[in-house]
Amino acid sequence: MSFILSFLAAIGRSTLAWLAGMGRFAIFAGETVSHLARPPFYMREFLHALVQIGWLSLPVVGMTALFTGGALALQIYAGGARFNAETVVPSIVAIGLTRELGPVLGGLMVAARVASSIAAEIGTMKVTEQIDALTTLSTNPMKYLTLPRVLAATLAVPVLVGVGDVIGIMGGFLVGVTRLDFGAGTYLKTTLDFLETWDVVSGLIKGAVFGFIVALMGCYHGMNSGRGAQGVGGATKTAVVAASVLILAANYVLTEVFFST
Amino acid sequence: MIELRDVHKAFGANRVLRGVNLTIGSGTSVVIIGGSGTGKSVALKCILGLVTPDSGTILLDGQDVTRGDRDAFLARFGMLFQGGALFDSLPVWQNVAFRLLRGSLKRPLTEAREIAIEKLRRVGLKPDVADKFPAELSGGMQKRVGLARAIAAEPEIIFFDEPTTGLDPIMSGVINELIREIVVEMGATAVTITHDMRSVRAIADNVAMLHDGVIQWTGPVAEMDNSGDPYLDQFIHGRAEGPIEAVR
Repeated sequence: MSFILSFLAAIGRSTLAWLAGMGRFAIFAGETVSHLARPPFYMREFLHALVQIGWLSLPVVGMTALFTGGALALQIYAGGARFNAETVVPSIVAIGLTRELGPVLGGLMVAARVASSIAAEIGTMKVTEQIDALTTLSTNPMKYLTLPRVLAATLAVPVLVGVGDVIGIMGGFLVGVTRLDFGAGTYLKTTLDFLETWDVVSGLIKGAVFGFIVALMGCYHGMNSGRGAQGVGGATKTAVVAASVLILAANYVLTEVFFST
Repeated sequence: MIELRDVHKAFGANRVLRGVNLTIGSGTSVVIIGGSGTGKSVALKCILGLVTPDSGTILLDGQDVTRGDRDAFLARFGMLFQGGALFDSLPVWQNVAFRLLRGSLKRPLTEAREIAIEKLRRVGLKPDVADKFPAELSGGMQKRVGLARAIAAEPEIIFFDEPTTGLDPIMSGVINELIREIVVEMGATAVTITHDMRSVRAIADNVAMLHDGVIQWTGPVAEMDNSGDPYLDQFIHGRAEGPIEAVR
């Protein structure tokens, strides 16, 4: 009997702790967004974050898109050959990249690169009392650290996704033309004929949501980092894992909302 | 004047402050001493609002510190953190002039830089340090930069959290002298946390000893050696034997 009670108590404690964590995160997210409407806005911090998150993520997102586009073309060609439907390669590559793989893989690569660096930077600032120092210098850490990063990621990731879409389609094009005997003009014409505006726009919206998630998770876990190197390491790991899982979950929800009939 | 009235603060089961009562007069230099983990930093952070007390009242010039304009309240304070807490991503002069580059005390860029260089000079650092990054400086230099940042906006009240921890004896002496000079020169109220008795004698007008979550003893520094308080005696003489357990 006592074993069952302790087991139930353990489940209850875990559930309460999880709900409390969710509540803290929701308050953090709400507070971040609310600062958008309340001055001051630190433009220099925002521009710096834009460069760090957007510009410097371009190589990794571009490489990911290029190779994914190429591999996708090979896979669709191989799969399509079973149904004598090899000609669908350009359109499926384009739709697959713009709707799903571009935003999701781009989001995951940005999560790996940006959520980790934000969590580690802010976590280190916390354990070295730099966050306290900001407060004593009359500067709200949410305004100075969190808002610029979250806003920059929300705006930069859709641009990264857009560039990734183009590079990914280019990857498919290169493989299609050099390895699968497609004519260059035919490949591009088929791509453009079947691609709809909503395919691209839905991917960009996903990118904005994923950017928001990535920066928010990095900031939240950094601000709540434990003490010492182990605390910062734990915060960094949790930020990347949580951002990645949330991106995949949000992707499913958004796909349901955008495309379920 | 800063007053702490029956301030309590616990972290989980750890009751750090158990009813702290302390009055810090304007223009005086008070040093709070006590063993590691006795809540000295927590007390300072409670005054600044970085930590919220569970109960009790903290007054600044008779006003509850939790009420009123927070920016105006914080603008009256400067703080030197134990590890310096300099912003790694900013050059030294922008660290020093941080408060002068944004917010209500904002100045033009060139003026803020001039003030930063003047404050660096005041703490014994050359102007060429201004464009370096904190990671390029030694521990002693970082403390001086932290000190320059604490005084940059000429605050009325300055907090020093373990100003000599991690420094060699000569550099500790230099920092102690600097703190004393600056506090006298500015006429500021100073509250210093330390367990370095050399710092206490160099900096303090008054001493308060925090032990077991309460102020165990408080009085002028001149009376410290003849207080008759066994806790204070054990602490200032660094004895292992006495009412304070050596293993905490």
